[in-house]
Amino acid sequence: MAIFQARTWLCRSFSTLSSKPLHVCVVGSGPAGFYTAEKMLKEHQEAQVDIIDRLPTPFGLVRSGVAPDHPDTKIVINQFSRVAQHERCSLFGNVTLGSSVSLSELRELYHVVVLAYGAESDRSLGISGENLKGIHSAREFVWWYNGHPDARNFNPDLKSTDTAVILGQGNVALDVARILLRPITELAMTDISNHALAALEESSIRKVYLVGRRGPAQAACTAKELREVLGIHNLDIKIQETDLLLTPADEEELKYSRIQRRVYELLSKAATSKPAHAGLNQRELHFVFFRKPDSFQESKDRIGYVSSVRFEKTVLQGVGPRKQAAVGTGQFEDTICGLVLKSIGYRSIPVHGLPFDNQRGIVPNNKGRVLSDASGNPTLFEEGLYVCGWLKRGPTGIIATNLYCAEETVSSISEDLNKGVLVSPSSTLPKQGGEDLRQLLHDRNVKTVSFSDWEKIDSEEKRRGSTINKPREKLATWEELLKTASG
Amino acid sequence: MLNSRIARAGAWMVKELSRRKSISNYRAGYTQRINGQYLHPPWSSTRLGLGGMFQKPQYLSTVATNNTSEEGSEQKTISVTFVDKDGEEKQINVPIGMSMLEAAHENDIELEGACEGSLACSTCHVIVMDVEQYNKLEDPTDEENDMLDLAFGLTETSRLGCQVIAKPELDGIRLAIPAATRNFAVDGHVPKPH
Ligand SMILES: Cc1cc2nc3c(=O)[nH]c(=O)nc-3n(C[C@H](O)[C@H](O)[C@H](O)COP(=O)(O)OP(=O)(O)OC[C@H]3O[C@@H](n4cnc5c(N)ncnc54)[C@H](O)[C@@H]3O)c2cc1C
Ligand SMILES: NC(=O)c1ccc[n+]([C@@H]2O[C@H](COP(=O)([O-])OP(=O)(O)OC[C@H]3O[C@@H](n4cnc5c(N)ncnc54)[C@H](OP(=O)(O)O)[C@@H]3O)[C@@H](O)[C@H]2O)c1
Ligand code: FES
Repeated sequence: MAIFQARTWLCRSFSTLSSKPLHVCVVGSGPAGFYTAEKMLKEHQEAQVDIIDRLPTPFGLVRSGVAPDHPDTKIVINQFSRVAQHERCSLFGNVTLGSSVSLSELRELYHVVVLAYGAESDRSLGISGENLKGIHSAREFVWWYNGHPDARNFNPDLKSTDTAVILGQGNVALDVARILLRPITELAMTDISNHALAALEESSIRKVYLVGRRGPAQAACTAKELREVLGIHNLDIKIQETDLLLTPADEEELKYSRIQRRVYELLSKAATSKPAHAGLNQRELHFVFFRKPDSFQESKDRIGYVSSVRFEKTVLQGVGPRKQAAVGTGQFEDTICGLVLKSIGYRSIPVHGLPFDNQRGIVPNNKGRVLSDASGNPTLFEEGLYVCGWLKRGPTGIIATNLYCAEETVSSISEDLNKGVLVSPSSTLPKQGGEDLRQLLHDRNVKTVSFSDWEKIDSEEKRRGSTINKPREKLATWEELLKTASG
Repeated sequence: MLNSRIARAGAWMVKELSRRKSISNYRAGYTQRINGQYLHPPWSSTRLGLGGMFQKPQYLSTVATNNTSEEGSEQKTISVTFVDKDGEEKQINVPIGMSMLEAAHENDIELEGACEGSLACSTCHVIVMDVEQYNKLEDPTDEENDMLDLAFGLTETSRLGCQVIAKPELDGIRLAIPAATRNFAVDGHVPKPH
């Protein structure tokens, strides 16, 4: 118990100020939200933590992002479930910040509001033809195969073309490529949504291009994901060996980055090894480097649809220590395809009344404390308002990154509490937290989904899955989700 | 060397099997309310449904390890010291064959384990404090290295706690749990003591 001693004094010093509950609202039930809740509950014995989420299902991208063939990654749901079941924690599902309840209302009801609602939009390329049919964001595609209710009617056309281009070479791009190329019998045993499985079964896509604007030494993916995609059965991997040549600047980059080095080694090995069935397989994955998207061309036969992507070849230019950017060379080439998935990063959406840095797509903050001024004054804070996860740092990092991110935000909260910034004993109106939120939502006819309501969804999904040999079959429409939750 | 490798592979298989079992156990008990007391201690294995997860089967591999160990010693546990992020030390006895992750959790030591030992998260990162002890460990597999790539504050002697299995040679090993805040900090932020 020694570990807790240092923390206990924090709690004690706070409880000498007030033994009343500290009402905390966490917006978003993804990893950032749950890790924040867990740490608040641990560090502050008087904290009452309410987690709201716009969906009737918790866990954020662990449910709607992490690939269906990565069940081990989702085991963290067990830990999050234990947090949700803590006696001082409540889940309010089906509650949207910005429509069910406003930010200013939440701040009135709670002493501490932590925004952890992630990034539910996309970076855009801003190039011509981007709105043609057949071009989608990877985010939508991922939501679709993972049964997110907002993507139930997404229905990408996988039957009119044999070629897909994926823009970007991060882990999301690799996930998406794997789902397009993995044998359907293997996917059928995962919790991939049935509507997606059916469409993939009929898919005519045989060739996938994974296109990066920089080189193999800068690929954004990690070794684990790369190893997996390289190991797909009956798949030919194509990498131009000339792309693997390293400049001194590349070598310098690799020297300092273990991840990049290991990714580069895997790519080199794949480029030079000749597996038994090379060239005989029906499916191909091409890693294409040094190409940046320039524009999308419209099909002559299918009006409104994409028929190719025009790429500009690039070279790398040093822009800082061990940092190189892609610059165009003025040489172009077209890649014919009928499906484009943009996997160049997610983007957060601001809500009314929240300072927002439009350029970086994040809430301006100092170690998790929301800054009033997006243009950077580091001393003006929004009292009682904090941020965590992708909304705080931008759309990068694995689940574990949010653990450290939450630790930082919670230590800022603890510091502020300790200084008496957040709860003055003489505060004008007592805050009631969840009690008042419940009333407000009731008055607005918002039907909240509690953790035990979610458990009904959970067991129904598992029941449906068990009849078809899957770990679960997700309920993928709002109607089904809400009906099952209230059943 | 070979023997211990085999023993370890055995431990691995047993672990894999028991992990699957325990996960399905957990799933079965998923809807049960755990009375909200898990936070103290943070990882009580009985409450997590992890109880008995490794012990019995792992003792099987213990026997194998002991029989093949050079001295043929009868040692059943080894001493392991965890140094937490605040620098506090805790010495525990760990049965041969048990992973450091499980040992930590059985002893209320705050070591994360998001994927419950299935090599899919990197949160169980520990730093072996003595190079000599580090060298006594089997080399990490590609899969462990893939996860170590993503561990915060990676060092030359970093390992994943769920992959380090107690064996007699490791008696006295000291493991540091990296301080997350310090590692997360960028741009020269100086951490304050808690
Ligand atoms: C496709 C994909 C695959 C990934 N795979 C892995 C992987 O295998 N391993 C790994 O470690 N990491 C993976 N990651 C990264 C990991 O998922 C993220 O680091 C993590 O989920 C970010 O956590 P978050 O809590 O900030 O956001 P999120 O997980 O996105 O959670 C945000 C939550 O807020 C809710 N919300 C949004 N808007 C509102 C609103 N207005 N009001 C109320 N609630 C709202 C959402 O419904 C959601 O539940 C993956 C990411 C993606 C995109
Ligand atoms: N299994 C896992 O662990 C897993 C799975 C999925 C996701 N994740 C994590 O989730 C996070 C998000 O993943 P992500 O793939 O969305 O992001 P990411 O890793 O940041 O990759 C984004 C990719 O898009 C490219 N890109 C960005 N802007 C571009 C532009 N304007 N034109 C062309 N290319 C552009 C980037 O190239 P540049 O490098 O040149 O900018 C990069 O290749 C990552 O941290 C990832 O590790 C993890
Ligand atoms: S507990 Fe996840 S890798 Fe060790």
